[in-house]
Order: sequence, then structure tokens, then C-alpha cells
Amino acid sequence: MSETLLSIRDLVVHYGVIRALSGISLEVPRGKIVALIGANGAGKSTTLRAISGLLRPTSGAIEFQGRSIAGIPSHAIVAKGVAQAPEGRGIFLNLTVKENLDLGAYLRRDRSGIDADRERAYALFPILKERSAQVSGTLSGGEQQMLAVARALMSRPTLLLLDEPSLGLAPQFVDRIFQVIQEINEAGVSLLLVEQNANMALQVSHHAYVLETGAIVMQGSGAELLASPDVRKAYLGE
Amino acid sequence: MTEFLQHVVNGVSLGTIYALIALGYTMVYGVLKLINFAHGDVYMAAAFAGFYIATALGVRDHPTIGKALAVLVGSMAAAGALGWAIERFAYRPLRNRPRLATLITAIGISFLLEYGFQLPSLQAQGRTFEEVLRGWGWAVPGWLHSLVGVLPSTFPPGPTPRFFPEPFTRIDWTVLGGVHVSNYDVVSFLVAVGFMLLLQWIVYRTRFGTAMRAVSFDPRVAGLMGIPVNRVISATFVLGSVLAAVAALLVAGSRPRIDPIMGLMPGLKAFVAAVFGGIGNVPGAMLGGIVLGLAEEMVAGYTVSSFRDGIAFAMLILVLIVRPEGLLGRPTVEKV
Repeated sequence: MSETLLSIRDLVVHYGVIRALSGISLEVPRGKIVALIGANGAGKSTTLRAISGLLRPTSGAIEFQGRSIAGIPSHAIVAKGVAQAPEGRGIFLNLTVKENLDLGAYLRRDRSGIDADRERAYALFPILKERSAQVSGTLSGGEQQMLAVARALMSRPTLLLLDEPSLGLAPQFVDRIFQVIQEINEAGVSLLLVEQNANMALQVSHHAYVLETGAIVMQGSGAELLASPDVRKAYLGE
Repeated sequence: MTEFLQHVVNGVSLGTIYALIALGYTMVYGVLKLINFAHGDVYMAAAFAGFYIATALGVRDHPTIGKALAVLVGSMAAAGALGWAIERFAYRPLRNRPRLATLITAIGISFLLEYGFQLPSLQAQGRTFEEVLRGWGWAVPGWLHSLVGVLPSTFPPGPTPRFFPEPFTRIDWTVLGGVHVSNYDVVSFLVAVGFMLLLQWIVYRTRFGTAMRAVSFDPRVAGLMGIPVNRVISATFVLGSVLAAVAALLVAGSRPRIDPIMGLMPGLKAFVAAVFGGIGNVPGAMLGGIVLGLAEEMVAGYTVSSFRDGIAFAMLILVLIVRPEGLLGRPTVEKV
């Protein structure tokens, strides 16, 4: 087993009085793709929000590279190397495609490195290059999703959190996104992937957790879970 | 025709002032969705800061361009500090509360400044600030002590109007066969336009401006980009307050009477200008200010001059009925 990059222990998160996560523990090893699957409202996005500092945990530990990141502001967590492409894509629809990409690199100062990474993003998603000067509100849903992933990469993260990257996308875009997820991983970025599309998520991930009403009920390698009758029944529609 | 041109000159001159103040409303609304009703009073406080600095420098007896600049910069710094403090200590603790709480707090801060400035000065009371605080049973921390030491003994100014010293000699020109333009009009116009262009550049061309627009669109996602959202919000207040200080000094140069409630009317009208142009929209606030200034001068010139103040609010009602998103604003779709 390789070194642990992100480690969550007994994480409890509340929205007001409602308990969204009741003590989950999970790990993301360096260099791996880890998937978090589960139904709507199971607490998948809540987990990512807590990691990124958008929600304050009630209790439990979140450690990145051995240091606690629980309760520190979002921007400081990005500075440590954890980027997120949030649920609903979170594109700044009032800004251009290029401005969105450059905001992803907000904390970086190396202008030439940023330019190079922007070109790499354009190579990954050529449509973004064509649209670079357009206000991103004019992009289609699939294009916005590509922009969200490309933008999160602009911070050169060590760990990338992706929240439902395939949600609402046409099938050819879904294939493309998962292909890119693997390419990103091969380039050395670790990923924590939240997905409702369990089939695709399990196919690309090294390890996966199944979340049900705020608790982890199953875990294993992607292949193991794909073979599990329970998973096939609950999440793959068999 | 000469009369019309004269109204245009006066209207544009007034309008640039409204535009400068309106920018503060619109930027704060952009990042926080808050109408900062204390903004007009920051404008007032900036005028007084300028007044105290000018008095200390002896501008009344020996005006120089250098002193005028020092007054401008000093007043901008004081206003920026005040705007920063208002956000940090009054609004930020309420950030995650219902928006109404912050709005009412804004009105409270507005009253606090308007009536706080009407208190008799410490000199008139024959007491030091420290004695006042001790009288309330407060201990004075060291940093506050040194901060208070900077305040002039004639602060607060009290309710009696003061007269701003003339920073340079007034020169009147007659152009185009009868239109009166003074060097004050010219300087005021150039300075106001200069600052508006500078702001336009900051908002649309710099990294900070992009961050500001991102925070305005979605502060949570902005944080996920690594943008320090609180710092951007603070900077927005500072920027808006600095522009209010510029407006205050441009006004005080040609209409020198200043008093603690001088911010009320211009504040309300600039708010109207911001709404008219589309609240949250920077070019909209500039356009709204100019249109409002022109409308006011035209109404005062061609109808009854006491309608002057009414036109702003008539325009507010009209725009809210016909085009609630404002001239340059984008309509927001209420999601159900």
C-alpha cells in the first residue's frame, strides 16, 4: 500500500440539527483514484465540502499529508494542494473561459507556468480553446464540466476532488470525462471522485467506498465492488 | 442653447460625484448583496477627515497644490480605514445571519456616524477621550489609546456646519458665448473620470478585480479557487470608501459647507443612481450617476428648483416599475 495522502477518521457533519455524516472514515493513497458512490443525499457532496473547508465538521479528523485541515478556510486548503471541481460545476458564468481558468491558478505567481498549464488544459479540451474569450455562461453543460475540471487542475493540485463530473452530460461527454480522469491520474494527481454513475466510477477507480445515509457500508477495490451482488443490485440497476 | 449647455455642464459635474459614491454601493452590493446604508456617512466622515487635515496643515491661510494632495490622500486613507472597520466589526460577525440583520446594522452604523459626529467635541466637554471611556466603565487598551491620540481635540465636530478651506483660487471662464465653467468644475471632472477609469481597470483588468467578480458571482466557489474571500470583501469596502472620499473632497472644494448629516441626501441619491444603472454593475453605477445628475439639473433649471430632490426618487420608482434590474443590469431569475 502506498503512502496515505488524505485520511478522514470518524467524520461527523451536521446541517443545523440534521446529521449528514455520522462518523465516516476513508483514505486516499497517493497516486490513486478513489471513488465515493451512493444514492442522492447519502452524504457524498457533504464529504467533499467538509474536506474543502466549506462545512465545519462537528467532530472527527481530516488530515492531508499528515496535517489536520479540518476547520481551516477554503482558500488555505487550496494552498495546501487540494482542489475541488464542485457540485453543479461552480463556473463563474459572468467571466470568460480564460478568466475562469486563470482563477483556478489564483494562488500561483509563475506566469509562464500558468500559461503552459492553460495550454495543456486547451490540449485536453480543445473546445475550451475555441471558446476562451467567450463568457462562460454561453457554454453547454458538458463544456462547463470540462471547464470545471480544467480549472481545478490549474492550481496544480496534489489531490483533486471531483463532485459528480458526469452529472447531466451526454454519453460521449461522459466517456471523455472518465478518460480525462485517468489521464490526470497518470500524470500523477490523486483523485477522490464522487459519482452517481457507479458503473463508470468503479471501472476507473483503484479503491471505492459505498456511502448510505451518512455512513460507509462497503468498501473494496473497484473491481471487487463491481462484482458484488449488493452493489450491482443497488447501484447498477440489476 | 447657452442655458441648456450650462445645465449640461452642471449636471455632468454633479453626476460624476453621484457616480463616485454610487460605485461604493454597487461594489459592496456585488460582493455581499448588501445595501451599505452607512456609505453616505463614510462620505461625510471623509469630508471631515479632509477638513481636519486641511486645518492642521493651514490650508486656509497658505493653500498649495501639495497640501491639497495631502488632504486628498489623507482623507482617502481615513475613509478607507473607516470602511474597513465597518465591514470588519459590524458586518462580518453577521455574515451568516439573515441578510436583514446586516441591512438593519447598516442603518444603525449610519445613525451612529451621523449622530456621533454631532456630539460636542472633547475640547468643548473639557475631557479627554480616555476620561469619557473611563466614565462608561471601559478600560482603554494601549492600541486604542495611541489611535485616539491622532484625533484632533475638536473631534467630534458637533452639529454646527463647518466651512472647508479653499484648496486653490477659483477661476471662472466663460465659454461658448455664456456658459460658465470654473477650474473647480474641470479639476473635479478630470479627477472623477480618472478614478472611474482606474476602477474600471482594476475591476476588469487585474487579478484582484477578477477575484472580486468571482466573489460577487459565488463566494463559496471563489474560496475553492484559493481566493481569500474575506480579504477581497475588505478590499472592496476600502475601495468604495476611498472613492467616496474623492467625491467628498471634490464637493467640499466647490460647496464648502460640511456638517454631520451632509451624507444623507447624496448617499440616498447615489443609491438611486446605483439601482438605476443596475445594482452590482460597475459601468451601470457610473451611467446612473451621470443620468441622475443631468436629470436633477434639468428639472431644477426648467421647472421648479425645489423638485430637484424629488426627481431622484421619481426615477427610482420609475426604474423599479419598468426595469427593476436597472439600465445595464441583467435580470435575475427567481428560482422556485
